[in-house]
Amino acid sequence: MLIALLLIIPLLSAVFLAFLGTRPKAAKMNIVASLSSFITALGLAVQIKQQKMSLAGNGWFYLDYLSVFLIVLTAFIGLTTAFFSVRYLINEQKIRKLSRKKLRFFFSFYQFFFFAAFLILVTNNLGILWVAMECATLTTVMLVGLYHIPQSLEAAWKYLILCGFGLTQALLGTILFYIAAEKLSNSHNMLLWTELHAASSHLSPHMISIAFVFILVGYGTKAGFVPLHNWLPDVYGESIAPVLALLSGVLLNLAFYAILRFKLIADGATGSDFSNHLLQGFGLLNIIIAAFFLLRQREIKRFFAYSSIEHIGLISFAFGLGTPLALFAGLLHMMSHSLAKSAAFFSAGYAVQTRNSLLMDDIKGLSRDYPGLGWGLLLCVFSLIGLPPSALFTSEFLILFTAIKEHIGLTLPFIIGLSIAFAAILFRVQKMVFDPQDYPQTVKITPLNLYPIYIHLVLIIGLGLFIPVLFIQWNEQVIQLIKEFL
Amino acid sequence: MTSVAQQLIYFFSALLLLLNFAMLAQRRVLTLIRLLALQGLVLSINMACIAYAFSLPEFYLTMILTLTLKVWLIPFVLRRLLIKFGMQGKIELILNLPIILLIGLALVIFAFNLSNSLMESISNNIALALASVLISSFTLITKRKAISQVISLLALENSLFFVVSSSTYGMSLVVELGVAFDVLIGLFIFGIFFFRIRENFESLDIIHLEKLRED
Repeated sequence: MLIALLLIIPLLSAVFLAFLGTRPKAAKMNIVASLSSFITALGLAVQIKQQKMSLAGNGWFYLDYLSVFLIVLTAFIGLTTAFFSVRYLINEQKIRKLSRKKLRFFFSFYQFFFFAAFLILVTNNLGILWVAMECATLTTVMLVGLYHIPQSLEAAWKYLILCGFGLTQALLGTILFYIAAEKLSNSHNMLLWTELHAASSHLSPHMISIAFVFILVGYGTKAGFVPLHNWLPDVYGESIAPVLALLSGVLLNLAFYAILRFKLIADGATGSDFSNHLLQGFGLLNIIIAAFFLLRQREIKRFFAYSSIEHIGLISFAFGLGTPLALFAGLLHMMSHSLAKSAAFFSAGYAVQTRNSLLMDDIKGLSRDYPGLGWGLLLCVFSLIGLPPSALFTSEFLILFTAIKEHIGLTLPFIIGLSIAFAAILFRVQKMVFDPQDYPQTVKITPLNLYPIYIHLVLIIGLGLFIPVLFIQWNEQVIQLIKEFL
Repeated sequence: MTSVAQQLIYFFSALLLLLNFAMLAQRRVLTLIRLLALQGLVLSINMACIAYAFSLPEFYLTMILTLTLKVWLIPFVLRRLLIKFGMQGKIELILNLPIILLIGLALVIFAFNLSNSLMESISNNIALALASVLISSFTLITKRKAISQVISLLALENSLFFVVSSSTYGMSLVVELGVAFDVLIGLFIFGIFFFRIRENFESLDIIHLEKLRED
């Protein structure tokens, strides 16, 4: 029932906004729709807390602690991004002449994106998971190419081709999983995750290893794993801030969620650390490569794009380590990175609007002209590089702790990557916030427009200081789910 | 009966692989589209064979879907776009032809090697399918026009459908409908982008889409 509601709300809102999106009230309607999705998500969380897991609609939908964790996170970011986009889009209309027609387009696709995102999280059918992932990709392609200027066209085209190619590999991986399972039982239900998971110890290990590599390459392209990350900085550099919040705060997690679902089956089939080693390798590669690229970035959005690549590396490394503590750190990192990165993009979006330039050299002295924004940006960045009160410190510390305990050799590249990234980010952002210069005041940003940023910050710092018992219990359940076969 | 069907399936997968090689070597866009349609035809005949041999009536539905979509609609739309933009010419390849074909050959050997140790009954099917997928992926990177990239992606998609139909006799219909729907929407978006790229750069060469990069 609640699952149906979760899917119907964004779908209907997308249709409504496609007709009514040109009206001045459309931004508010977008907020109302996102708010109702968030409330439904909370309802699902309560339901799961009582039932542990639920199968619905003839086994087509499946919820457990892992998926509901991400549903609530996704819906929350959807809500705050909807709030943020009100003022941002008004400014955008003034500065870059965003037309009302495109605004309608934006709102409608915004909601449709969340339909696809929720479908990824609630479906039990791995084929539907793929279909929904493709839908989410196509939706964001249209949102990236919102302005018909050469640069954003190029970014959107790269995104379309590279992720289209990646997703085809993922489909092949899904098909191979299905073929492996279908030989066992000859039933057409073997695309259902619950069935595959239950039968996983009987699947052919060799076949599943091949299939998992395709899955990792395919969905890894979407997540931004390193040799396949080329599209990510370009796309991040050319999109508008609310879309970036969706891409980095939601879609990254979803791609990783898909990998995790398959990893659980692969672990059952191979009974070895095969998938863990792959995740560790990709993770470390991401951390190191991203750190070096961070040093040379001049544009603020591309800069944060490489930071996202670094963080997906951290998440992947944590899940690859595979001990309960590392898994907990991975989940905490997923959540706090989503919150911190979307807040960082909110403030970066405003910052770009105030100075009308993407270059970090042009954005200076924010703390004098826009104190709330300047400090918000600084705090977001402090959280992102993992300075103590933020939850990312806790998670990175836990990952490091586990790495030292399990694979001492891996800690060296890990620490090198993190320190380089730390230095690069701190050096760049300090100048943006301080170092005052005179600019004409072009856009108005009131303290009221900044609260999505500060809500995220309060949550991140709050989680860093004190992790609620509920959060720990919840994650223990997720960890149990993941560790079932090991 | 089933052994005859199995032989036919092998025959068609070999045919598909051959068509993939033809696409790899082909430099005329119009011929590429014809080859794509031909792939779709092989795919649907293969489906008809399976549906008949294993008496799976619902499989005819998938076949009809494939026939309309992959043999008629997609090539039709692509050809219209091609004529509209007047780009019937030849495509530049990034390497010379013999090297490309040799790499293609190496990919086939790699695919057979990889699936060698799988279950006896399906290893040949999967090897042929993997080879097709790898070659279509290779086609994607050797050609330098926007439209040829789209065609290669669609060829890749055809190969995937072939794997599904020949080794599992179809996934569930809902999933196949979903995938087909996505492909259609994807093609629609590609079409929109062609217009926009054309508007901005007055050509569909990928060269114009290589401005964003690390300095």
